[in-house]
Amino acid sequence: MEQNFLITINNLVKNFPIGGGEFTALNGINLTFNTGEFVGFVGPSGSGKTTLLNIIGSLDTPSEGSVNVLGREVGKLNTKKAAILRRQHLGFIFQTYNLLPVYSVYENVEFPLLLLKMNASERKKAVMDALVWVGLTDKIKSRPAQLSGGECQRVAVARAMVKKPKIVLADEPTANLDAANSHNILKMMLKLNEELKTTFIFATHDDKVIKYLKRKISLEDGKVIQDEIIKTNKEK
Amino acid sequence: MIRFLLKGLLRDRNRSLMPILIVTAGVALTVLMFCYMTGVLGDMIETTANYSSGHVKMMTRAYAKNKAQVPNDLALLDVNDLLTKLHHNYPTMEFVQRINLGGLLDSPDKNRETKKQGIVAGIAVDLLSKNSKEIDRLNIRNSLRKGRFPKKPNEVLLSDEFADKLEVKPGGTVTLITSTMYGSMSIQNFVVAGTIDFGMQAMDRSGMIADISGIQNALDMNDACGEILGFLNSQNYDDIQAMNVEQTFNKKYSDEDDEFSPVMTRLKNESMMSDYFDYVDNIVGIIISIFIFSMSIVLWNTGLIGGLRRYGEVGVRLAIGEEKGHIYRSMIMESILIGIIGSFIGTIIGLGFSYWIQEVGINVGDILKNSKMMVPSVFRAKITTPAYYLGFIPGLFSIVLGTMLSGIGIYKRKTAQLFKELDT
Ligand SMILES: Nc1ncnc2c1ncn2[C@@H]1O[C@H](COP(=O)(O)OP(=O)(O)OP(=O)(O)O)[C@@H](O)[C@H]1O
Ligand SMILES: [Mg+2]
Repeated sequence: MEQNFLITINNLVKNFPIGGGEFTALNGINLTFNTGEFVGFVGPSGSGKTTLLNIIGSLDTPSEGSVNVLGREVGKLNTKKAAILRRQHLGFIFQTYNLLPVYSVYENVEFPLLLLKMNASERKKAVMDALVWVGLTDKIKSRPAQLSGGECQRVAVARAMVKKPKIVLADEPTANLDAANSHNILKMMLKLNEELKTTFIFATHDDKVIKYLKRKISLEDGKVIQDEIIKTNKEK
Repeated sequence: MIRFLLKGLLRDRNRSLMPILIVTAGVALTVLMFCYMTGVLGDMIETTANYSSGHVKMMTRAYAKNKAQVPNDLALLDVNDLLTKLHHNYPTMEFVQRINLGGLLDSPDKNRETKKQGIVAGIAVDLLSKNSKEIDRLNIRNSLRKGRFPKKPNEVLLSDEFADKLEVKPGGTVTLITSTMYGSMSIQNFVVAGTIDFGMQAMDRSGMIADISGIQNALDMNDACGEILGFLNSQNYDDIQAMNVEQTFNKKYSDEDDEFSPVMTRLKNESMMSDYFDYVDNIVGIIISIFIFSMSIVLWNTGLIGGLRRYGEVGVRLAIGEEKGHIYRSMIMESILIGIIGSFIGTIIGLGFSYWIQEVGINVGDILKNSKMMVPSVFRAKITTPAYYLGFIPGLFSIVLGTMLSGIGIYKRKTAQLFKELDT
């Protein structure tokens, strides 16, 4: 049962200390994820979407319960091992693209591979592939400041995808984009999801994103209130 | 990775240019101040050496004990014999005889009665030998105010101020009243050949320079002198060499049980001078500490500002899976590079200015009233070996320290907050 899943979450509770007491942001979450899912956490503000993404991304640890990502217990990883997990297998996409301003598009995409100490020729090929996926081969030398918001987010997607991670985590990736760009990005991610079998996990309350999801997990007050598989939305 | 970081460093002017400028400025100032201090203090030491202490100095043990009283009755005897031995043992050095003397100087009127009188502090040096370097050593040529050089043993130079006080002009006669080496009274007439400015208050009040043979005559000190000064062949005082000479000489010629045996002391052991030397060492330490301290604070601040600007970058790097220690170390590597570049440029600039001050000098003679003095009136820097590397100490230390302090923030970052921080 356990190891067949990419991610297994059992009775996850996350408490935050506030004032004198504690605030329970996640309360008894049980979920599993398979390879190749295109899934989103949806729900009102404060429902715990980001908190859950954080823990799956090994940026934070559970208060109770277990979260197993690619065979590793997130709660038991020290900061070094957590960093290694992120470096090797996880990609992150943020609401505000967070590109490194002094580096070119190419260099921004290259950066995760440098951390992986990939050799130069492999690296070059991987970067170029990623830029082809997102359709930015003509902007290789541009700096982030010279790009539009949509283009920036495409660079961010390329940066997350370049190492072909097992899992990509995206928190509100479309919040700063207009409708056209949002659809663009989502189509691109869906295509990568299908071609590379990368698992995408979103946290969002954007309907544009929700329309693309193959699985929608609704959160409310730190609990899963609905977990549904959505069929046939490919033609969008 | 390193190339990647270098690219970022070069492109981000706030991260490279500003700190480099700060380091450069600090290092240039450090080097310049160091060279200046070395030069000025070195000149001071040389002046003292030339005037009174030599690089090494020989006296009788008894004379050395009472040297404040200028006890010529305890003078060195058989000086020519001793000089021959010295020349033989230390062929590269130069040795000269000196007599310091005190007494009364009497300026007579036409009737040979006392017109004016004053206490005199005289030094007798070899002014007349053909090869004597003493005239240059004491900078007499440049400090002559009136009259001319002595040409005979019975001609002397008086300080200009003293000559005025005694109302005697070049060509006039003065009478020296003092005691001979054997304790009897000595009264001898001298002709004032010219007047000079010493540039030192004590000497200007009552100074006299006389030829050694004239004074030996007057004080009945044939083949005797108060002190023998030795000068090393090097242009500047070299303590190790001097110590070596001091030790070998004392071992061979000095006898602790014989009050009249000669004893040698080197410049550094002269009471005042050892303080100078400590001062030079201290001042270097102080300059460097001050610069490290103040530049660190400035760079710490630029680092903090840089850290704020790079907050997003650090966050992304953490999220992508770079370790905190790796980021911290990469920032310190950056700072070391900046430190080296800044120190290098700063050292070149500092040396450039120092070279200029070394060659041209800062002439305080124009500022002071009398520009012709025995004491050097041109302050010169001096470039010594430490000047080439000394600046790197504050340069590197300050920026690394500044970066270490400002980078601590990286360790305080909580990865759990990254999504939130990076989403806004
Ligand atoms: N570090 C923290 N300390 C205290 N409380 C926290 C912390 N992080 C999150 N919370 C609380 O946990 C709850 C869930 O937060 P979370 O950020 O996961 O919500 P979200 O679903 O992502 O909301 P949004 O849609 O506004 O982004 C919120 O009530 C929030 O105030
Ligand atoms: Mg959120």
